[in-house]
Amino acid sequence: MNKIDATSTDSFVVAGKRFSSRLLVGTGKYKDFEETARAIEASGAEIVTVAVRRVNLTDTSQPMLVDFVAPKKYTYLPNTAGCFTADDAVRTLRLAREAGGWNLVKLEVLGDHKTLYPNIVETLKAAEALIKDKFDVMVYCTDDPIMSKRLEEIGCCAIMPLAAPIGSGLGIQNPVNIRIIVEQSKVPVLVDAGVGTASDAAIAMELGCDGVLMNTAIAAAKDPIKMARAMKLAVEAGRLAYLAGRMPRKMYADPSSPLAGLI
Amino acid sequence: MNITLNGDARAIPDGLSVDGLLRHLGIESKKVAVERNLEIVPKSAFQATEVAEGDRLEIVAFIGGG
Repeated sequence: MNKIDATSTDSFVVAGKRFSSRLLVGTGKYKDFEETARAIEASGAEIVTVAVRRVNLTDTSQPMLVDFVAPKKYTYLPNTAGCFTADDAVRTLRLAREAGGWNLVKLEVLGDHKTLYPNIVETLKAAEALIKDKFDVMVYCTDDPIMSKRLEEIGCCAIMPLAAPIGSGLGIQNPVNIRIIVEQSKVPVLVDAGVGTASDAAIAMELGCDGVLMNTAIAAAKDPIKMARAMKLAVEAGRLAYLAGRMPRKMYADPSSPLAGLI
Repeated sequence: MNITLNGDARAIPDGLSVDGLLRHLGIESKKVAVERNLEIVPKSAFQATEVAEGDRLEIVAFIGGG
């Protein structure tokens, strides 16, 4: 398994659906919908996260996200960003399912406004309720291997530990935990949140993650379209490097040119 | 008739269905989901569901997010 070369197609399966892009992107924080659409196009992403919010009733003629990012072309992954209790998250995703008509969702229940760290007690509660209600739950969580295992055991279809706080751009703060979660999981593992630049995405993939989900790293770049392309290449490069298998680290030098035949 | 719509008090014409209310507001029904008194109103029931005095309605849609 996992046999690919630089030209063959590599893919991963989540909730029974196959995707060839391992980069998932958010649709928030862009200048306008046009930039959102161009950045997503450049990223090559097939799955895009979206939020669920009250419709603006004061001007209902305003354009909507679906007019620029077609749900027929991209798999919409509704999130529960901004929910701090299991009840709010479940309520939000039930509305999302009705608005969109599909079961695949991203669950995130936050515990603190300053760090936006996940509240795992509420996350577990919400995940159990959603899975019972036939949702396919990709779950945003801390990089704790024990809780990640528990979330997998109750039936989450993807485990998505944070690399660093949401929107921080700090990169992979705990590669050891991410690697442990990758090794122990039978469902896809995606790093979600905290990526800042292309090398962070590559590191996540080199650790063996099945994918990376990001928003701010692209949207807040000076040139989001260029950064989207950079992230696409970084995820592909990191994936290939992981499959290729890196050389062992050594303490001392090992010459690349043969010593025999020296003049 | 008075209802609470997306958290705000609002007067609407009497005798509207959910579908009629969305039309009245100028909202395309296929782009939104509706919750009435904390219960989801399935899209298939928009026409058959009457809005009643004092109802609490939420109309939501997908927006950009991470």
